[in-house]
Amino acid sequence: MSVAAMADWRPVPAPAVVMRHDRARGTDLLLLPERVVVLKGAAGAIVGLCDGTRSVGDIVGELADRFPGAPVAGDVPAFLDQLRTEGWLR
Amino acid sequence: MTTAPDRPWALLAELTHACPLHCGYCSNPLELTRRSRELTTQQWAEVMHQAGELGVVHTHLSGGEPLLRRDLAQIVTAAEQAGIYTQLVTSGVGLDRSRLSELTAAGLRSVQLSVQHADPDASDRIGGRRSFADKERAAALVRDAGLPLGLNVVLHRENLDAVDAVVELGLAWGVDRIELANAQFYGWGLLNRAALLPTRDQLTRARDAVERWRERLAPDGPELVWVVPDYFDGEAKPCMGGWGAVSLTVTPDGTALPCPAAASLPDLDPPNVRDHPLSWIWDHSTAFTRYRGTAWMPEPCHSCSHRDQDFGGCRCQSYALTGDPSRTDPACRLSPAHGLIRALTEGDGEASEGTQGRTVAIRRRAPGRAGATGHAGQLP
Repeated sequence: MSVAAMADWRPVPAPAVVMRHDRARGTDLLLLPERVVVLKGAAGAIVGLCDGTRSVGDIVGELADRFPGAPVAGDVPAFLDQLRTEGWLR
Repeated sequence: MTTAPDRPWALLAELTHACPLHCGYCSNPLELTRRSRELTTQQWAEVMHQAGELGVVHTHLSGGEPLLRRDLAQIVTAAEQAGIYTQLVTSGVGLDRSRLSELTAAGLRSVQLSVQHADPDASDRIGGRRSFADKERAAALVRDAGLPLGLNVVLHRENLDAVDAVVELGLAWGVDRIELANAQFYGWGLLNRAALLPTRDQLTRARDAVERWRERLAPDGPELVWVVPDYFDGEAKPCMGGWGAVSLTVTPDGTALPCPAAASLPDLDPPNVRDHPLSWIWDHSTAFTRYRGTAWMPEPCHSCSHRDQDFGGCRCQSYALTGDPSRTDPACRLSPAHGLIRALTEGDGEASEGTQGRTVAIRRRAPGRAGATGHAGQLP
């Protein structure tokens, strides 16, 4: 995905994908047919902001406030693009 | 001190054994549960609630044909309320637009549709009734509804040579996933093994075809899943991801099992959800703890470097072939009983029977019903 396209993108889980918190295991999950993706560390906080209204820039901004000093500007867009490639975000 | 086992991820909910189809490899037990013995709507809703509390996040609503449960939408609702992602596993028979709307409104997330062959006549013959047109219509309805759709095809001697056509059918129907599941030999499949077992050449050609399709379809085409033919590979399958490790099955009458075939094991004394909470069943019942982990393993499994990958293979297969469920799965080439499998798949074994001009009759469950003439011994 190009830098310009990434800036305009307002990621949202694909229609088949459900994100939920798993109380039994204390983690966030993506549920798909025949598959469970365990969102480790801050991954749940990142995907939780993907509601189709926030742009990638908005998401990076919010996370930078929440996790001061973390390399969010580079890592978060790359992570979101990875999930898009998997077909979990669009 | 013992620690609690990992939580189960998935529940196979066998809602009914009744089915309009009667495939010769049916995964239901030879002793089918009568409809009058099935759990009620409220009992299934309670199973879903308890499963969600226990950590289950996926359920396959299966059968038999789950559409024969008039209360299916209520069961879907209960699963959805428990946070469980639902997949309907269906023959497609009985899935019309209004039924699908009812199910999606209840929260149904995805559909897995069985097909027996890419050729309509062959599919109907293998399934034991005309159903291909219903399946085609069901696939279109599911696509129109925007739900993920998987195609499930059990592979055996009569359709392994049609793998290319099966993949093309899946593409034409717009599916997201094609599961090519080599027949497993339990229950009805074991009874009909002589008619189902393919030749090694058939398997080699089919596997090559799948590899070619994978290269052609990646990365945007449907996912192709090849469920291994363990009689031929010399390796035990990691059955169920380990005993009581990943998932559980609840049968139509509420029996809880570590795998759908485990009802065949002697002295398992499986618990019932009518009598015990699911959490006790998972954590403490002897049926679920008996082969959990590695302590129960005999040699050669116990000291084997593969024991954490294949979990000693399949208990039901060990029992079916050796009479002892705790032995190493004979599918493994390291098993002292591996000769039993080799005798079936090599030379003049069962796998060659259909190729020598002999035909083997398929023994089928009674059509459309469950329990009426359920025992194999009563069938012609």
